[in-house]
Amino acid sequence: MSQSTEQKIPVTVLTGYLGAGKTTLLNRILSENHGKKYAVIVNEFGEIGIDNDLIIGADEEVFEMNNGCICCTVRGDLVRIMDGLMKRKGKFDAIIVETTGLADPAPVAQTFFVDEDVQKNARLDAVVTVADAKWLSDRLKDAPEAKNQIAFADVIVLNKTDLVSKPELAEVEARIRGINPYAKLHRTERCQVALQDVLERGAFDLDRILEIEPDFLEADEHDHDHDHDHHHHGHDHHHHHDHGHGLKHYHDEEMQSLSLKTDKPLDPARFMPWLQSLVATEGQKILRSKGILAFHDDDDRYVFQGVHMMLEGDHQRKWKDGEPRESRIVFIGRELPEQAIRDGFASCIVTQ
Amino acid sequence: MSSFEPGGERASIASVTEKVRPLAIGAPVTSIHFLADRAAFVGAEESVAFAEAGGEISRVAVQGGGILCAASDGKRIVTGGDDGKVVAVDAKGEVTQLAIDAKRRWIDNVAAHPDGAVAWSAGKTAFIRAAKGEEKSLDVPSTVGGLAFAPKGLRLAIAHYNGATLWFPNMAATPEFLPWAGSHLGVTFSPDNKFLVTAMHEPALHGWRLADAKHMRMSGYPGRVKSMSWSVGGKFLATSGADAVILWPFVSKDGPMGKEPAMLAPLQARVSAVACSPKHDVFAAGYGDGTILMVRMEDGAEILVRRNGTSPVAALGWNAKGSLLAFAGEDGDAGLLAL
Repeated sequence: MSQSTEQKIPVTVLTGYLGAGKTTLLNRILSENHGKKYAVIVNEFGEIGIDNDLIIGADEEVFEMNNGCICCTVRGDLVRIMDGLMKRKGKFDAIIVETTGLADPAPVAQTFFVDEDVQKNARLDAVVTVADAKWLSDRLKDAPEAKNQIAFADVIVLNKTDLVSKPELAEVEARIRGINPYAKLHRTERCQVALQDVLERGAFDLDRILEIEPDFLEADEHDHDHDHDHHHHGHDHHHHHDHGHGLKHYHDEEMQSLSLKTDKPLDPARFMPWLQSLVATEGQKILRSKGILAFHDDDDRYVFQGVHMMLEGDHQRKWKDGEPRESRIVFIGRELPEQAIRDGFASCIVTQ
Repeated sequence: MSSFEPGGERASIASVTEKVRPLAIGAPVTSIHFLADRAAFVGAEESVAFAEAGGEISRVAVQGGGILCAASDGKRIVTGGDDGKVVAVDAKGEVTQLAIDAKRRWIDNVAAHPDGAVAWSAGKTAFIRAAKGEEKSLDVPSTVGGLAFAPKGLRLAIAHYNGATLWFPNMAATPEFLPWAGSHLGVTFSPDNKFLVTAMHEPALHGWRLADAKHMRMSGYPGRVKSMSWSVGGKFLATSGADAVILWPFVSKDGPMGKEPAMLAPLQARVSAVACSPKHDVFAAGYGDGTILMVRMEDGAEILVRRNGTSPVAALGWNAKGSLLAFAGEDGDAGLLAL
C-alpha cells in the first residue's frame, strides 16, 4: 500500500532564526520559474502570496507522543494538514514546511518518522536552515534554538554575507562547522541560492546515502577550497587548528559532532542492541545520526539514520568489488558522552 | 473467531459479488452517506457524486477545493473544505452554503444533528448553529480533532489534545472537560448517550463513562483507528485499525471496562473501513487489499462482497433501512449492493 520513495511527495523543512531570511528564501523558491507547484505550510500569512501555490496556515502545535518517550514529540497540526493535503494529491509537486524562528526542527522531522499516514504519502527531503552571517555568532551564544537549527540542518544557507567582512565570514563559518561539519553550506546574499541546492536533496533517503558518498561523512565539498580537511580524523581537533587557510576551528562546548570509523567488520548481534540502547538512553542529546555499516559475514551494506530516539535502517546494496568495507557513523548532538560512545562502538567490532 | 486460512480466498465462503452493481465514481471517495435511498459518494475534492437508479453518476459541486470532512443527518450531507466553507447538500442535490470562515481557514471537522443543528471547527475553535438559532463558538486549548453531537439534547463533544470537551451551547455552565493525555482525533457518543469514545493519534481508542468520567482504555491496535461504527442498538462498537474487525462490547453498564473485544473477520490485510447495518447485527468491513466482507456478529459468518486485489476500501455506507450497502475504493471504483 505504501508508495515507493519516488511517488512520495518530498517535504522540505525550512528553519532559521528570526530575521535570518527564511521568508526571502521561500519567496525565492516560489517565484522562480521552475514549473513546479508547492504546498507551503507557514505560520504567518501575509508576506507570501504566490498564485498557483497552496498556502496553508499552521499552528505549530507540538505534541508528546503517548509512548512513554519524552523526547518523542510530533507536530500535531502537521499530521492534520498532511491528511488534508493528501486529498489534493496531484495538485502540487512538493511541500515546504516553514517553522517559526524559535522552533526546534525535531518535532517536524519526527512527524515524518512516526506517523504512519504521513509516512505513507510523503517523505522528508531535507532540513534547510537559513542563518544570518552577521548575527549567527551572537545567536549561537544566547539562543539555544539557533544552535539546534544549525545542528539539525542538512543544508545551511549562510545569508547576508554582504554585510560582513571576510574574517567575520570565516569566523561564523568556523562556528557552524564546529557544530555541524556535515551539512552542505552555501554562502548567499538575499538568499540567492540555486534551487537544486536546497530542494530535492534526499537527505533522509537511505538509498541516497549511497549517492552522496564518499563525502557524506566529510566536510562540505562544495566549498573545499576554503574548508579544512576533516577526512577520517573525526574529532581530533588538534590536527586542525592551523591550516594555512586562515580558517579557525572552533569546538562548540555544548553541541558537537562525533564520527567513528573502523575497517574491521562489526558484529550485528552486538552493534544493533548497542545502537538501540544508545539512542534510547542518550536520544535526547543526539539530534541526528547516520551510518554506513559493514557487518561480519554480510555482503550487503547496512545504512541507518536517526532523529533523537528514532532510527530507521536497512540493507542497502552489495558491497562493490574493491570497495573498502568500512563502517562509519556520525552523531550530532549536545554534550555527547564521547568516550562511552567510542568504547561502545569499539566493543561491537569483531575481533579475530 | 472465524477460521483463518492464510493465502488467498476461502473456497467455502458465500459470495454476493455477482449481485453488486459496479459504479465508476472516477475520483477518490472519502465517505458515503445515503440520503433516503440515494447513495452519495463524498469526493476528496470539490464534489459529491450521486448514484442514480440506472447506475449513472451525477455530480454536484460543493467545495472549491479539498473536502476535508463530511457528516450526514440522513436528510443532507454537510461538508467542510479547505476553501473555508461549510456547505450542505440535500437529496435533490441542492447545495446551500451554511458558513464561511472569516479567515478562510480550513474547516477540519463537521457534525450534523438530526434536528438540523450543525457544528464545525477551524483551528482551535468549534462553531455550532442550531436549526433556527444563532451561531456560537467555543475555543478549546488546541486544534479540534473531532466533533460529535450527543444523541439527545443539543450537546457537542469536541476532541482535542489531552482530552475532550463536552459543550452545551444553550447553557451558561462551563463546558465539561474529560482529560486523557495524548492527541484525540475522532469522537463518537454511544447511541444510549452513556459513553464517549475517541480515536487517538496513537493506535488506541479512549473512552469515558459519562456518568462518572471513568476511563476506558481500548488499545492493542497495530494501526490508527480511522473508522468506528455502532452496531444497531449500540451493543458493540466496531472499529478498523487491525487485521480483523475489533468489536468492543457496550452491553453492560461498565461498557468494555475489563472486557476483551471480539475479533471478527480476520484477513491478512488491515481493516480500513467498517459500517454496521442499522437494522441487523451485521457489519460490512473493507480492507486495505480491497476485500469487502459482510459479517454476522453472532457467529462471525462471512459473505464476500468484493474480492481482494482491488483498490483499498475507502468508505462504506448503509441506507437507513439496511437494504442497500454502498462502497468505494480509494481510486473511486465503487459499487452498490441491494440485499
